[in-house]
Amino acid sequence: MSAPSRKFRFVSTDRRVREDRRFVVGKGRFAADIALAATKHVALVTCDHPAARILRIDKTEALALTGVHYVLDGRELAGATSPLLAGLDTPNVPRRPLAVDVARYSGEWVAAVVADTRAIAEDAAELVHVDYEPLPFVLDGEEAYAPGSPLVHEAHGSNVLLDRTFVWGEVERDFAASPHRLAFKVKWGRSSTVPVETFGVVASWDPWREMLDVYASIQMPRFPDQVALALKLPGSAVRVHNDVDVGGSYGVKRGIKHTVLAGHLARRLGFPVRLIEDRLENMRGGDAHGPERNFDIEVAFDDLGVIRSMKMRALDNVGAYAGRSPFQLGKPVSAIVGPYCIKSVQYQAIAVVSNKTTQEAVRAFGQGPTNYAIERTLEEVAWHRGLDRLEVRRRNLIRAEQFPYLIPSGTTYDSGDYHAVIDKVLARADYSALVAERDRLRGQGLLAGIGIAACLEPSGANSTFEPLLNPKNETTTYSEGCRITVDVSGAVTANIHTVSAGQGHETLVGTVVGEVLEIDPDRIRVVRPDSLSSLPSQSPVGSRMAIMLGGAAFHAAQKLKARLIAIAAHDLKIPPERAVYENGDVFDRSAPQTRRSWIELVTIAHRYFHRLPPDTEPGLAFSHIIQVPMGGTLPTPDGRVQIYPCFAFEFHLVLISIDPDLGKPEIRRWLVGHDCGTVINPKIVRGMTMGGIAHGIGAALYEEFAYNGEGQLVAQSFMDYLLPSAHEVPEVEIVHHETPSPHTVFGQKGSGESGYLGAPAAIASAVNDAIRPLGIVVSSLPIKIAQLGDMIADARERIANSE
Amino acid sequence: MKPAAFDYARPSSLDEACALLAQSEDARIIAGGQTLVPLMAMRLARPKHLIDIARIGDLAFIRKEGEAQGSVVMIGAATRQCVVERDPTVRAELPLLAKVTPFVGHAPTRARGTIGGSLANADPAAEIALVAVTLGATLHWREGTSTAEVPAADFFIGPMTTILPPTACLTAVRFPIWEARIGVGFHEVNARKSDFAFASAAAQVALDENGLCRRIALGIGAVTPVPLRLDAVARSLVGTRAEEGDVRDAVRAALADVEILTDLHASTAYRRRVAVTLAVRALADARAAAQREPHAR
Amino acid sequence: MRVELTVNGAIHAVDVEPRLSLLDCLRDKLLLTGAHAGCEHGVCGACTVLIDGTPVRSCLMFAVQADGYAITTIEGLSPGPGELSLIQDAFCETHGMQCGYCTPAMILTAHALLAGNPTPTRAEIVEAISGNICRCTGYAQIVEAIALAAERMRGLNQPAIAPVSRP
Repeated sequence: MSAPSRKFRFVSTDRRVREDRRFVVGKGRFAADIALAATKHVALVTCDHPAARILRIDKTEALALTGVHYVLDGRELAGATSPLLAGLDTPNVPRRPLAVDVARYSGEWVAAVVADTRAIAEDAAELVHVDYEPLPFVLDGEEAYAPGSPLVHEAHGSNVLLDRTFVWGEVERDFAASPHRLAFKVKWGRSSTVPVETFGVVASWDPWREMLDVYASIQMPRFPDQVALALKLPGSAVRVHNDVDVGGSYGVKRGIKHTVLAGHLARRLGFPVRLIEDRLENMRGGDAHGPERNFDIEVAFDDLGVIRSMKMRALDNVGAYAGRSPFQLGKPVSAIVGPYCIKSVQYQAIAVVSNKTTQEAVRAFGQGPTNYAIERTLEEVAWHRGLDRLEVRRRNLIRAEQFPYLIPSGTTYDSGDYHAVIDKVLARADYSALVAERDRLRGQGLLAGIGIAACLEPSGANSTFEPLLNPKNETTTYSEGCRITVDVSGAVTANIHTVSAGQGHETLVGTVVGEVLEIDPDRIRVVRPDSLSSLPSQSPVGSRMAIMLGGAAFHAAQKLKARLIAIAAHDLKIPPERAVYENGDVFDRSAPQTRRSWIELVTIAHRYFHRLPPDTEPGLAFSHIIQVPMGGTLPTPDGRVQIYPCFAFEFHLVLISIDPDLGKPEIRRWLVGHDCGTVINPKIVRGMTMGGIAHGIGAALYEEFAYNGEGQLVAQSFMDYLLPSAHEVPEVEIVHHETPSPHTVFGQKGSGESGYLGAPAAIASAVNDAIRPLGIVVSSLPIKIAQLGDMIADARERIANSE
Repeated sequence: MKPAAFDYARPSSLDEACALLAQSEDARIIAGGQTLVPLMAMRLARPKHLIDIARIGDLAFIRKEGEAQGSVVMIGAATRQCVVERDPTVRAELPLLAKVTPFVGHAPTRARGTIGGSLANADPAAEIALVAVTLGATLHWREGTSTAEVPAADFFIGPMTTILPPTACLTAVRFPIWEARIGVGFHEVNARKSDFAFASAAAQVALDENGLCRRIALGIGAVTPVPLRLDAVARSLVGTRAEEGDVRDAVRAALADVEILTDLHASTAYRRRVAVTLAVRALADARAAAQREPHAR
Repeated sequence: MRVELTVNGAIHAVDVEPRLSLLDCLRDKLLLTGAHAGCEHGVCGACTVLIDGTPVRSCLMFAVQADGYAITTIEGLSPGPGELSLIQDAFCETHGMQCGYCTPAMILTAHALLAGNPTPTRAEIVEAISGNICRCTGYAQIVEAIALAAERMRGLNQPAIAPVSRP
């Protein structure tokens, strides 16, 4: 359902984000702020081998330390709990919070110590003596894929969790009919979104109520029920408190193993248990790494650079276990051709395990690496044909009149006007002046390049990426609920049923409900009941909340409004068509003085049953649980599916200079055109885009979970894992465009992943534009200064020698 | 990341601090703590006794001593880096140190970190260590009741390793003052501003009335296990204008057979090559700055 | 060990292990949970407090080192219950945060910057917050908040910030 195009009263206005008030005074309620009486603290014992059999765990010395209550090992925990849910059908790759018999990556948790303080728990963790028998290990994804490599999970028989090839359209025929083809590789290095707050959970078991209370820094669909499943508790025995502020997540805070661990300990030991990862535990053992993906691309195109067909092999090294992360190979099916008219596609998705830290879902769920690969493809095609990179994109981009546009993998893009966005950005940039600036920098002896990236943000996720890659799991629902009540005093309260990590959902709901009810959003209270008192929610993933929570709030508010109109019409004794709702009051269209005020209607609803229309429930409480627009259909046997209903678009234009002697890139100018349909709150959307660009800069230039040959994570702390500071993120001009979605209540699309989806591709494009004149190109991220410097030096030497 | 347990003492005098150090088998000095505390948090350092010298007044000072040719600036080991950064004597007499200090960590770490702490920590990429070696500073320490002093170039013997005895306490750094007309230059390359550098170079140049280099000090940091003072290069360029080509050739030759560091951030080849580039730039900056200086101060 | 800490103008006597960081002391003993742990090794800056008006990393100080200073935490900046300081309000105006985890640190850093420099350039603002990592915002709206606060302070006809006094 879409709103008619009209000016909004509150939607799209520059409202403050109400959540900010508590954060600026330090009154956020983060997991580590939760202080339950008698809480004890957990520290982890970690395996330092990349693969090892666990022979013996000696807890004696640890238990003798004053203040230590317990040392839990993997065997005991496995006996009391079920394995954590995996996404793929891989029963021989069980995942548990603590290693059982075999540890499979350096940093894996082997035992958990519970003590009076975190410091004592760490003291004791050092005194837990584990005997290991080191095992052969494999780190590289291609090696893990090849037969004969050491097996990470012997019972699984190989290291391959997923290897499926999709063919959509006449790929071979299109390749044969094309005059040109290219084959090349690109690599997306292992990084992650690394929030400043680590994952933390407090679990408390009440044996009399038989209730496990959970307070967690969580961003995870099905968190309460997966906790219950693993702990073998009924679902209604787990109460997740949603009024916890999450200090950033961007996908990765899926602390299911932490919570099962803490929950078990709380039940076993009879006091609340707190597990707050320290940074070392988080980096190595928190299982929050992002994609590490090799792309092999073949592309077929004509003389004008118009791409006819593409073959993409994507191999992702998911680490030692798999939860959700292999699905990051499935989601990109939603936008496998990016914003381009590519008619046929072959896509091979491979997920392998290795002896590295387990991955988790990261912002955009695999679309970031895929966009990078697609944009590299456009650039290679342009280069090969000697064509302008912008022109080649224009020729390939889907045109505005082609929407809604069906892509080969079965998804229909809802709306867009990519050419208009690009034109706007080029005009704002004064593109020819930008080119002149690049050339001027080159004239000064620098390398300089302009980066271009045109990328999509699928938004409004459905769960159908699960049956896409695991047909045994036939899920097609990914709902979100909102409940609105008006109390007897006339105050409006809206309930949202999940935790947030700074996305401004309270402001979103207040704005939407205020818009529908025509009352000041700031008068609408927004609260978060716990999971037992909640409607279904899938949590803020998949760039879905503007669409889904916005939709649920909208419909619930509409139901409320309809009730008020019905009550008024009945009470005024007028036909319903003559009842007009305005700013909370309802009046007779033909006699406007004949009216009922908000408080009068509320009082009737709550207290004057004799004046209610027949068959009307008293009170004012309305819920709506919304399903994903366009969703509800399983994938076809050949993997065609509509996972996401809405597609936002971003176009980056970046100017970079590189000191050729140092290899150090400097971002000189950055513009991004962003179209996410109707913007519900401009401040929030801008923040998402800027934050996403910062994440993208990190992934492209600074951040890497690097491993050495011994299987050790080299970047174990923030001294080596480099997060962009304010110096590293330039000013960015955002050029706004709005192509509303026909599928959503206000025309809004998601924007939670914006910036991140295109920034790495834009930086790679700029660096390559700068260094192509030397005959070199970078094909992997991150682009490290010293490596770039060495490449440039080698190229200059080659050029000098050939002259 | 909680440290292992320790006892804490805050002696009010240097004598007391040295006595405490002498008594303990496993004691460490804490001043600013900006490098020590992270090591303790990661349990890579686990002293049984922590001796806090940060508030011993005798250890925090900046003063010019001596006259004319022999004058020096003495800086107490517990002087905060932010104090060094803003100090007018440092600005006037040690322009290289003044130039480099803003590159040390971030403002919040300079608020607590000390000059002695940075030197004792001896990170190969440490900027203050580079300046100390380049300028030929002298480090003073006390052990028990005896004192010692050593040239900076001899103080550092390896990455994170100095000749400072475990029961000794650095007390001061003595920097020589050069006569006008001097200019300084400093360049480093790192991933992010304020990160540990992959390579750095510091230069100080004094020019004569004809614009020829009367005196040169040139040092390379982050590239070798300890900061490297390029004396031979400096000598070969004295009396010349230190043209870029000559500098490049001289530095390249000087680094040709030296052990160069390698790590996940940068290869040996990169460091060796970039050290030359940075040395050329630092020296060029120093010369240009000296040209702008008046002949006498 | 017993130590007396002066925090937001009030003196607190606490009994602590020497290894208790100032950060943990503020959070766990004094229940001032506005300072946050992000890395505990002095890089992210989420633990920032003011020591005599200067931003420092409270995870790199032990509580036993922190006596004799005027310590200011985010809890000390609000003029009163339910009220926002000028800087806090500016952060709300520009939405200079999302998750709020780095926010107290950013605001304290801004407070210190503007106390010494009422007309900071963008470069000076960036330099001042460069020791504070934010993973949500990409910094733009934070920089704008500080610039806005500076502008509003210059427009006021009174001392902009109450001076932080030494005990």
